[in-house]
Amino acid sequence: MEKKLPTIEIIEKYCKGCHICVEFCPTKVLEMQGFVAAVKNLEACIKCMQCELRCPDFAIKVTTE
Amino acid sequence: MAFDYDKWIRPGKLPHIWCPGCGHGIVMKGLIRAMETLQLKKEDTAIVSGIGCASRLPGYIDCCTLHTAHGRAAAFATGVKMAKPEMNVILVGGDGDGTAIGGNHFIHACRRNIDMTYIIMNNYIYGMTGGQFSPCTPTGAKASTTPYGNPDPGFDIAKLAIGAGATFVARGTAFHANQIDKLIAEAIQHKGFSVVEILDDCPTTYGRRNKYKSVIEMMNRLKEVAVPVKAAEKMTAEQLQGKVLTGVLYKEEKANYTDEYAKVIERAKAAK
Repeated sequence: MEKKLPTIEIIEKYCKGCHICVEFCPTKVLEMQGFVAAVKNLEACIKCMQCELRCPDFAIKVTTE
Repeated sequence: MAFDYDKWIRPGKLPHIWCPGCGHGIVMKGLIRAMETLQLKKEDTAIVSGIGCASRLPGYIDCCTLHTAHGRAAAFATGVKMAKPEMNVILVGGDGDGTAIGGNHFIHACRRNIDMTYIIMNNYIYGMTGGQFSPCTPTGAKASTTPYGNPDPGFDIAKLAIGAGATFVARGTAFHANQIDKLIAEAIQHKGFSVVEILDDCPTTYGRRNKYKSVIEMMNRLKEVAVPVKAAEKMTAEQLQGKVLTGVLYKEEKANYTDEYAKVIERAKAAK
């Protein structure tokens, strides 16, 4: 069965580039692109939602089915 | 599904003023999730704050809010609660605002056991005013007013609250984000004065002076020092050295001021 991938939306206008999401993602889905976070490897996402929970700037939205 | 924070945020208010990596945003999200879990109504919920970084929080949330004088959140909130006892009154503030400038109001709100919830974001320093030491700054830590290290021991906010008579005391950290909303929700549901201390990070004024190279180092420190209450029961005093207990630390059912004052009103009416 094909794995259903979540959508990770990063609102660049809100992101302040604190690195928290990138550093604490257990499967290293995110990376920094310049001053803001970006999705690098969506395939690895385990939908733990920690990036969304820990983002202090309301900049990450993880949508799962 | 992604949690819909926008429902509780005033339109056009984001991005907020807090520095990159400041945990106050994480706490605000926890508070919003707790209010959503409890299905609180915006018109029946009042968030009251004093002055400081953490006290900017009510400006972003779309419900009844009050931004008051430095340290006086508890005094104004008491007024709100006594005028409208049916309201859910939530106080927010930092460690300096709550335990130094508003220390007197804080201990007396605890003593009276008024049915309110106080969320204290403890980042160990006065962030907004330029990094002066607060009563929660640890011994030896550097602040703009203690450049050679702080000689004072810091307050343990939880012990202070329990000693002063608060009937629900909990502690969490900004790192353990998924615990924050649960602690706050339990505190709001508790009948009586509840205190939730959230250990926070201030990378700008505390971190830089105290050799934390990044926000991540500060977050890792929170991760390392936090020990859940249940895990601590199995640990020795030596293992607990330098650790901080998290979770619900104290809970007691006791007569609260709000109900007791309603009885005073009844007695006064009957005496006429």
